[in-house]
Amino acid sequence: MDNFFIKTKNLTYIYGKEKNSKPALKNIDVGIKKGEFVAILGENGSGKSTFARLLNALIIPTDGEVFIKGINTKDSTKVWDIRQTVGMVFQNPDNQLVATIVEDDVAFGPENLGIKPDEIRKRVDMALKAVDMYEYRFKEPHRLSGGQKQRVAIAGIIAMKPECIVLDEPTAMLDPLGRSEVMETIVRLNKEEGITIILITHFMEEAVLADRVIVMSKGEIKMDGTPKSVFSDVEKIRSYGLDVPQVTELSYLLRQDGINIPPDILTVDEMVDGLCQLK
Amino acid sequence: MPIKVEDVSYIYGKNTPFETKALNNVSLEIDDGEFIGLIGHTGSGKSTLIQHLNGLLKPTSGKIFVDGIDITEHGVSLKEVRKKIGLVFQYPEHQLFEETVYKDVAFGPINLGINSEEIDERVRWALTEVGLDYESIKDMSPFELSGGQRRRVAIAGVLSMLPKVLILDEPTAGLDPGGRDDILREMKKLNSENGITVILVSHSMEDVARLADRLIVMNKGEIVLTDTPREVFKESKLLMSIGLGVPQITLLFEKLREKGWNVRSDVLTVEEARDDILKRVRIDA
Repeated sequence: MDNFFIKTKNLTYIYGKEKNSKPALKNIDVGIKKGEFVAILGENGSGKSTFARLLNALIIPTDGEVFIKGINTKDSTKVWDIRQTVGMVFQNPDNQLVATIVEDDVAFGPENLGIKPDEIRKRVDMALKAVDMYEYRFKEPHRLSGGQKQRVAIAGIIAMKPECIVLDEPTAMLDPLGRSEVMETIVRLNKEEGITIILITHFMEEAVLADRVIVMSKGEIKMDGTPKSVFSDVEKIRSYGLDVPQVTELSYLLRQDGINIPPDILTVDEMVDGLCQLK
Repeated sequence: MPIKVEDVSYIYGKNTPFETKALNNVSLEIDDGEFIGLIGHTGSGKSTLIQHLNGLLKPTSGKIFVDGIDITEHGVSLKEVRKKIGLVFQYPEHQLFEETVYKDVAFGPINLGINSEEIDERVRWALTEVGLDYESIKDMSPFELSGGQRRRVAIAGVLSMLPKVLILDEPTAGLDPGGRDDILREMKKLNSENGITVILVSHSMEDVARLADRLIVMNKGEIVLTDTPREVFKESKLLMSIGLGVPQITLLFEKLREKGWNVRSDVLTVEEARDDILKRVRIDA
């Protein structure tokens, strides 16, 4: 096969047993390379979360295939290999923490894999350091802030040494500070540890940090490209019920008024540069 | 239905090792018909404060007046207070439980012993106000609906009590941009057309900048700032130091001023920003 880390072929998923129900996903063909950071955007009900759940065999395609490192997720003997390769983090950190002490929580996954105690010790320390929560290792999870809890949940996944982490709206319940803590952690895991990241989000300013943005609508992929190429098409992205960062909207409005400024501005600093060149 | 909070303090877990002062001498007044944005990072005391306003929590010290009546006094009917001050919690759709949308929205008024005709009217009104089509949705199960629709049904369940004040704790968390804008537009309409006082707890600086008449900024159990969004967002350094931010567009203008651009210091929306930049660019040309 080709060198895609994740590959889907004609992927279709229908909830429920009735044949004529509307598919949640229709004929998705997509390839994701090792080490990529992909953000997936789309309205509620566009199929994003269904797609995420298909990636680690939480659900199995109704039609078509998902391959993780060449392994078909339909192969029920390989489910545990797949879940160890692709870890998932969900929206609500409170639903993901199981132990009464932070480090016990992070150890939960590796313990279930039957890993030896001294190796578990190493992995827990490594994982907590990777999310910058090592100094909280003896704390009780319920006394942490939302951003801290979510980072502990991510550490629990890292301790399983996955090659890919799928995060389904990990910052939806967090305040601005918690959100930036979690996003910094995600970017670092991608850039420094080379972990492939698939981030589902409703926050455009988070998608801007990715290498690649996929826009979904009604179970199909409608846009796929760099953040700059996707967000610069303001009208198209809005037609899928999404938004663009405020500075991108500003450049769109200014261009309509005849100001010569790049259409693919995504950050405040790029906008400052773009405007200063007008002078 | 003005609300007045006077020197309120609240301590969680008093006389235990976990004793924390969640509110520290908080005083504030909210007038009829205001649209308030309540901001502060997690643990700043926002949720504790709003739970005091309809009597879910009793202050450790201090007084709270609703319509001139001190609701912290013994013997005050909290049922009456809760009728007037509706509180929509975070993820309110988790509290839906009835078989149909109609029954769920009617649950509050039925418990008040209101006759069925008026209940009909209230349910119809509440569902319409949150942007749902009464006829097509009333007999559906809440569990057949999308997340955004479920959230609106839950808000309608509070509206059907005909509150004078509506408090919403992050009503748009987890919704897509379209759903976010719809709910906020409906809340703004309830405020401007029906005169309902709205208190919106939010983590989105862009949203409160656009919607609120006045912001209340909390940190460590105290109110650190209260003023119009225009004035509050001039204080970007203070806001950052307490874990908050300013709208992206406000930040852009701050950086432009640092570069010597003579632009406004109180810009809040993208349209205002465009107008000001056009003016600058045309003067220079």
